[in-house]
Amino acid sequence: MKRYLARRLLLMMPTFVGITLLTFVVAQWAPGDPFQLDLETAGPSQQVIDAQRAARGLDAPLPVQFGRWFSRVVRFDFGRSFVDQREVTQKLSEALPRTGRIAGLALLFGFGLAVPLGVQLAVHRRRRWARWLEFTLVAAWSVPSFWLAVLLLTFFSEWFPVQGGVVLPVICLTWPTLVVATRQVRSAMTDALGQDYVKAARARGIPERRVVWRHALRNSLLPVVTMLGLHLPHLVGGSVVIERIFSIPGMGLLAFEAIGSRDYPTVMGAATVMALVTMLSMLLVDLAYAFIDPRIRLEKAS
Amino acid sequence: MKTLDRRGRAWLMVLAVLVAVALGADLLASDLPLLARVDGKTWVLPCVTRPAQLIGKTPDWALRTPIPFGPLQTVASTGEVRELPPPWAPDEAHWLGTDELGRDVAARLIHGARVSLFVAFFTMLIALAVGLLVGGASGYLGGFTDAVLSRVLEVMQTFPLVFFLIALMAVLRTQSLWPLVIALGLTRWTEVARLVRAEVLSLSTREFVLAARALGASPARIIGRHLLPNALGPVLVVTTFGVGSAILLETALSFLGIGVAPPTASWGELLTEAHRTLQYPGAWWLAVFPGLAIAGTVLTVNGLGEALRRTLHTSRREAANG
Repeated sequence: MKRYLARRLLLMMPTFVGITLLTFVVAQWAPGDPFQLDLETAGPSQQVIDAQRAARGLDAPLPVQFGRWFSRVVRFDFGRSFVDQREVTQKLSEALPRTGRIAGLALLFGFGLAVPLGVQLAVHRRRRWARWLEFTLVAAWSVPSFWLAVLLLTFFSEWFPVQGGVVLPVICLTWPTLVVATRQVRSAMTDALGQDYVKAARARGIPERRVVWRHALRNSLLPVVTMLGLHLPHLVGGSVVIERIFSIPGMGLLAFEAIGSRDYPTVMGAATVMALVTMLSMLLVDLAYAFIDPRIRLEKAS
Repeated sequence: MKTLDRRGRAWLMVLAVLVAVALGADLLASDLPLLARVDGKTWVLPCVTRPAQLIGKTPDWALRTPIPFGPLQTVASTGEVRELPPPWAPDEAHWLGTDELGRDVAARLIHGARVSLFVAFFTMLIALAVGLLVGGASGYLGGFTDAVLSRVLEVMQTFPLVFFLIALMAVLRTQSLWPLVIALGLTRWTEVARLVRAEVLSLSTREFVLAARALGASPARIIGRHLLPNALGPVLVVTTFGVGSAILLETALSFLGIGVAPPTASWGELLTEAHRTLQYPGAWWLAVFPGLAIAGTVLTVNGLGEALRRTLHTSRREAANG
């Protein structure tokens, strides 16, 4: 187990460097820099601009800029925002919990509802209502969450406080999670129910409820746990749109607005933190997986 | 044999209709007629050719398109006057209503179909090419190449790609659709690559590949004749689902105002308008119809993907049984 953990952590290093590099390249790609924006409107002299650029280290060669930036990232120092001069770390620590609360609730409700629903669908898969529900799920899968948000705001805006409070954004983020997770639980359960150990359990006269909810469900939870890790980046992506619609000053909106105003430190900080959170959750999922299933632990370690 | 089942064929038909609507957008909704006689001269399909001489002329007679409005035509330019300013609810003149500038929603939806399907199709074509190349190289060459490419894949899958897309669009955005297609293609290839890698890895240990190698077949022949044709089925399924998610991503980007540049009609942009015009209470048609178009199209593509998967599943089982 320790060797497996060490291996996983070691593999995360190049990924992390890659992510910081990608963030850096993306930020460099964005046209101009904040002082060019000022130039278009106010028009300070070239000397002032050069001085400002030098003060922020924007005049150094790119590899040097990346080296400087990387050494600070490791210490969680993203510098100050170009726009409002506040510490990026502080801005991020304000925004992260806001996104975390919504995304966490969405995950909780999404998976909480998906497990019973998926199990029922798998158990009754030959019934007509289950087939209809399954088709409904495919249809629901095709409904973008931002349309759901616009619809909810169009038809129910007077039922909820200004901009929907927490309820509407959580509904909108839960939606895709629920749909994806239910499909995953259903297919994993369908597979599990066809296995020999289920037949054996039934043959031994174990009550059907126990066979379904203990024997089959436990085994089908493994792929569902993996899916949870893979779903996180999608949730982060979805939160950009949802936060913009409901004006929630979370990570998504912060990054979106920072890119618009060419505020590189904030963009790079937000992207790095989001990638880091995703990476850590994937690691947790991987560890949970290895912990539950000894086969993986032993195979990977050898 | 591999043929689509009945449901699959039905989805394929619906998709064909959607493509036909997208391709024939100019024939279905245009401010210019299909056939017109102006000043003793007959014009054929001015709605497609858009001759400058016709603008502002009153024809002697004209055969209008089913929806006699263009996607960019506002109420002001049609000279239509009503008691209330737009947005107008659906009626006989505007089947799906108009937006706040008085542009016909149905006309914009039909022209938006062209944008969405074009972007999604070419996005997945790029993603397919990159994915086949990266996944194939990773799986076939193995070793160091595989290690590096697997890391790249992991970075792409961990990184919140929406940020990547937003930044990319800030650089590339023009009136042309190609920058959007390239940006989306550069983010959508990972699934294809992962699948191709796995398929190639499992196929290259199969007997027929080993036999080909033993017979002295060149790597190009092994890849071209043995690996790719056998991996094609699952790749096709993933690519089909990818078209669906590319449509969703394009509409989401356009909704954020960084996808298709206005005034080009796109479904995402139409929903932005619905969000912006929430101050007109009861303008439900602005929110409902564009969303239905998006969801319906994605459903069709996903339905086709499911059908392809079913077909593949059964044909594999048949192959295994006999």
